[in-house]
Amino acid sequence: MTTEVGSDSDVKKDEEKTPGDQQQTDKPAEPPQEKSASIEAESGQEACVSSPPAAGGQKKEKTISRFLPPWLKRQKSQSQDKPSESSAPEQESVELKEEQTDGGGAEQTEEKKEEETEEKSVGSADTQPVREEKEDESELKEEEAVIPHEASVLSGLKLNKKMKMVVCHVTLLDGSLFSCELEKRAKGQYLFFQVCEHLNLLEKDYFGLSFKDNTEQRCWLDPNKEIKRQIRNSQWQFTFSVKFYPLDPSQLTEDITRYLLCLQLRQDIALGRLPCSFVTHALLGSYTLQAELGDHDPDEHRLDYISDFQFAPNQTKELEEKVVELQKSHRGMTPAQSDAQFLENAKKLSMYGVDLHHAKDSDGVDIMLGVCANGLLIYKDRLRINRFAWPKILKISYKRSNFYIKIRPGEAEQFESTVGFKLPNHRAAKRVWKVCVEHHTFFRLVSPEQSTKTKFLTLGSKFRYSGRTQAQTRQASSLIDRPTPYFQRTSSKRLSRSLDGAPVVSVSDYSQAAGAGENGPPLELNSDSKSKLRVQGENIYVRHSNLMLEDLDKTQEDVLKHQASISELKRSFMEATPEPRPSQWDKRLTGSPATTLRMQTQGVPQETPPRPETDSRDASKSAEVKPEVNGQPEVVEVVEETVVIEEVIKPRSPAPEASVPVETECAAEVKEERSLSSDSDSEEEAEYHAQPPSTSISIQQIKEEPEEEQEAELTQAPPSVIESQPITEAVEPALSAEEEKPAEPHEDEHTDDREPMATPDEGPNGHALHAEAPPTAEEEEPHIVNGSSSRVEAEHLPQVICCLEPPVVKTEMVTISDTFAAQKTEISTKEVPIVHTETKTITYEAAQLDGNGDGEPGVLMTAQTITSESLCTTTTTHITKTLKGGLSETRIEKRIVITGDSDIDHDQALAQAIKEAKEQHPDMSVTRVVVHKETELAEDKD
Amino acid sequence: MANIYPYGCFTHAVVRGIPESFGKLAEGGEGLQTDLAKAQRQMGVLTGALRQKVGLQLIEIPAVTELPESWRIEDVAVIQGDTALITRPLKQQRRTEAEAVRRVLSELKLTVLEMGDEEGRSAGATLEGSDVLFTGKEFFVGISKHTNHRGAEVLADTFKDFAVSTVPVCGGSRLKNICSMGGPDTIIISSSDGAKKTLRMMEQLTDHHYEILSVPEDVAANCVYIRGPAKVDFLLHPTAEECPNSVPAFQRLTDYTLLPTACSEASKLGAALSSLCLLINKKPNY
Repeated sequence: MTTEVGSDSDVKKDEEKTPGDQQQTDKPAEPPQEKSASIEAESGQEACVSSPPAAGGQKKEKTISRFLPPWLKRQKSQSQDKPSESSAPEQESVELKEEQTDGGGAEQTEEKKEEETEEKSVGSADTQPVREEKEDESELKEEEAVIPHEASVLSGLKLNKKMKMVVCHVTLLDGSLFSCELEKRAKGQYLFFQVCEHLNLLEKDYFGLSFKDNTEQRCWLDPNKEIKRQIRNSQWQFTFSVKFYPLDPSQLTEDITRYLLCLQLRQDIALGRLPCSFVTHALLGSYTLQAELGDHDPDEHRLDYISDFQFAPNQTKELEEKVVELQKSHRGMTPAQSDAQFLENAKKLSMYGVDLHHAKDSDGVDIMLGVCANGLLIYKDRLRINRFAWPKILKISYKRSNFYIKIRPGEAEQFESTVGFKLPNHRAAKRVWKVCVEHHTFFRLVSPEQSTKTKFLTLGSKFRYSGRTQAQTRQASSLIDRPTPYFQRTSSKRLSRSLDGAPVVSVSDYSQAAGAGENGPPLELNSDSKSKLRVQGENIYVRHSNLMLEDLDKTQEDVLKHQASISELKRSFMEATPEPRPSQWDKRLTGSPATTLRMQTQGVPQETPPRPETDSRDASKSAEVKPEVNGQPEVVEVVEETVVIEEVIKPRSPAPEASVPVETECAAEVKEERSLSSDSDSEEEAEYHAQPPSTSISIQQIKEEPEEEQEAELTQAPPSVIESQPITEAVEPALSAEEEKPAEPHEDEHTDDREPMATPDEGPNGHALHAEAPPTAEEEEPHIVNGSSSRVEAEHLPQVICCLEPPVVKTEMVTISDTFAAQKTEISTKEVPIVHTETKTITYEAAQLDGNGDGEPGVLMTAQTITSESLCTTTTTHITKTLKGGLSETRIEKRIVITGDSDIDHDQALAQAIKEAKEQHPDMSVTRVVVHKETELAEDKD
Repeated sequence: MANIYPYGCFTHAVVRGIPESFGKLAEGGEGLQTDLAKAQRQMGVLTGALRQKVGLQLIEIPAVTELPESWRIEDVAVIQGDTALITRPLKQQRRTEAEAVRRVLSELKLTVLEMGDEEGRSAGATLEGSDVLFTGKEFFVGISKHTNHRGAEVLADTFKDFAVSTVPVCGGSRLKNICSMGGPDTIIISSSDGAKKTLRMMEQLTDHHYEILSVPEDVAANCVYIRGPAKVDFLLHPTAEECPNSVPAFQRLTDYTLLPTACSEASKLGAALSSLCLLINKKPNY
């Protein structure tokens, strides 16, 4: 990206300056423009800070990447090619936006049209004529969608460049082909939405698009990544299929969703992926027949064409007769009822929704790992030999081709144990890991009580890789209010077979044949039959996610180094914090797995959130850790933002900084180590702390302030997603302690460019900034922040700290303060039990050089929380404290939750929110803006 | 599956008479001191209870003296729904016991499947029905002296709709010696240490939740639960004489009709109530 390079160099300059300029004064209020400029600089900065040791060419290093040691860095640059959007300088994106909203969109559309037509001819060449119609249709759709699409998803792209269009083909569940044109850099999500729209499907969260990678493995298309980067050189051919098999299909809201699930299951059954007994084949077949053909007509000789249906992998005449016989008893059943019955029976099959992966146990015995809604199943041949329910799993990780799960100790056991499996290769290990993470999130990170916490639910709802958890998707679909959509049930299961009724030889073709017919693109047929071979021959379940597929070109040495440092950190962390562990887990017995091995037993009974107090860790460590955080996939899209604005009336009573911040720091550091482990996934290994919701909140709070506030939050917090909230809360008070001091002019000593964001905090004058700054918030914000933080770090200790909590897969918290490095560092901790998301909290605060009495928390006089709902959700907390000098101080914390998908202008909303806050309390100053973003995870490079 | 119904609905029972050779082992030899007449009486009580109290259709296969262990009819077949798998007992001599059973099951229009050839995939597979606990939702196969992994695999291949989990048999020679079903979601299990170990494994492996009825005596752990045609819950359990301490546990089962059924002679040979009958549900499922 040219832009970035440009900013890079800018930044470089800045960067050079900074060390010395640290003290340079910042104007109290920085003009908005300046700010954004500096922001841009900062965003570039991160890259260049790290660049000396790293390969020069990498610009896209995300977030804290600057902390990466050179060796790590290099890996990254080679192995991950991150989506560009997120790294685009803020300024650019802002410009783009305007362009789009103003006339730009139209232009684009035109451009697009042109290209479309070009491409269309190309596309139609390899598409059969029959599809022409469809294609046209999709084109139309596309045009409609162009503007929103670009505005949101592609906001970071340069629009003045001509859009390259590409035609892609999606095989639908009924075997038909859906073709549409895409801008070459479109994200998976875009295509997915196109398909869903075509299907008229609202309950999309159970579904996904997959493609075949160059090793013929089926990979899930990450909605948040550019398609092109995921499929690499493969064909633009995808398959629409069920990704998360709903545990109870009757809870699906719409018949069309059930119908699609039926189609998937029929396919699974026909391909032998879902084993059934004869009786079950017959029964399910009879429902299929009823759904597709209606009541049995005795005059018809159904048996004549019944063999066009595929009810089982090895269909016999006997089975067909049984099917017809059973169907007679379904007389009067509507197609929807038949589908429902079909699902009621299919869902009980033991392999329903189980995603199988070949592996070996510690003894080298061939086993299968089955990932399902409830946990991880271990099979040897067809026998289930072990099972690890999600609640029993503390952590999921992989390292090279090994896949590990850390098991919660059973009642009788003292130590947790780690069970390891050997996968065929690194990618396979990563795939299992990925699938586990996804399933855990989707099915487990949900609790029924959440439904009452709508506010929080919304908060969490957009995080996930696939959008939502099952509970959330259920909730969402309960709101579906439309007339039952009409849809055609196609007899997709037809297969032309020889008249003698011999079982079909090539099972796999059938779905293809049904939809595409002979005209289907040869390529697809090919791949299909291949997949079938694999499926049947090796019994692989081919649903995989591609999210984690990047792979390392790292040298072995690098890997080892990396691992060494990680394990070292881990170890020290472990030693440092022996903690009681949450006991809320269900009391399933822990047997010792039959064939699995216990790899290691750790001395620490439990991994628990460290308490800050107990921990003392030096700054260097945290610095070391940071690289890990870098490993995180980029944020592609901001889905949500939480903005905490604190307004503080500052009494004039400077007080020395006390120990509080320090304490906090420790905590943060500790946490960071954890983050280390979980973040590392993008590296050779990854960990996922599968802690259940709510596990440890209470233990880990670092609090010095209003207890009520915390408690309230905690209680409110639904176990899973919301966890992050409370914790953040807990930390914030601590942080705020620092800020509560009067903002002094000298804060400005900070370089201007350094913390553009910080300026807002600075005093009354700063508010202009507020209005301005927010707009930048969106995707770029993290960058900027990171950039600045990096600088901080360069200068001193860990001012920027990333904290991760066990349940989090990708979480990042960055706190940046304006304060001198010399001054205390701010630390924030947060816990987010989210899997496929990246969460960031960015804190901007005014520096308060002279510490005020905050070292001591002061006496809490009043604290009240008001929650109001408007555009966004706002929670306001007033805290009045008595400080040292007998002065009292009121701090108002506003928590604003902006939720929305990419279509929402977060910047705008943020700006608005801040402006409103300012207006409401003109006599107060904003000391800190914490932007907490939870975004869907962008994936690492492929 | 459609054929997944709550455990316990049965319509037919198949039993086999106690032969003159009762007490002898299949491979010959004297075995233990047993009372043939008492054993036959106890069998009579059992069949009477099944037929008259519970209301099942009872099919009794005549005893054959040459097959001294043929009364342990549970071992020779595993039946679920309309499918019966003829097992392959460990003792070669017992494998002929299946012939009559096979015939009866076929007459009942069950799909009768075999373990397969001695050669090939199922080579070396052994499986006895008393090592198989079917809960209505899944199978647990006890890996014991009598049943090996191979056998369990064949079972898994036969009943594809269900999860088949293997568990070690601790504290008994067969899985059903230490546990049995006491209701649609209830497992009765001995409170011995070995049984607990097996139970832990079962609980780890299952996706479902079962109530556990723990009984102090091993012998009490084997009961026969049947939900009769009139929707009454019946539990055939060893008598107070055999398991004095466990009877209170059974009485905790509310709304059950308890049918104390003596089985002391059979238990001398390591068998139990469930060993004596095959239960079948011929109710039309669809």
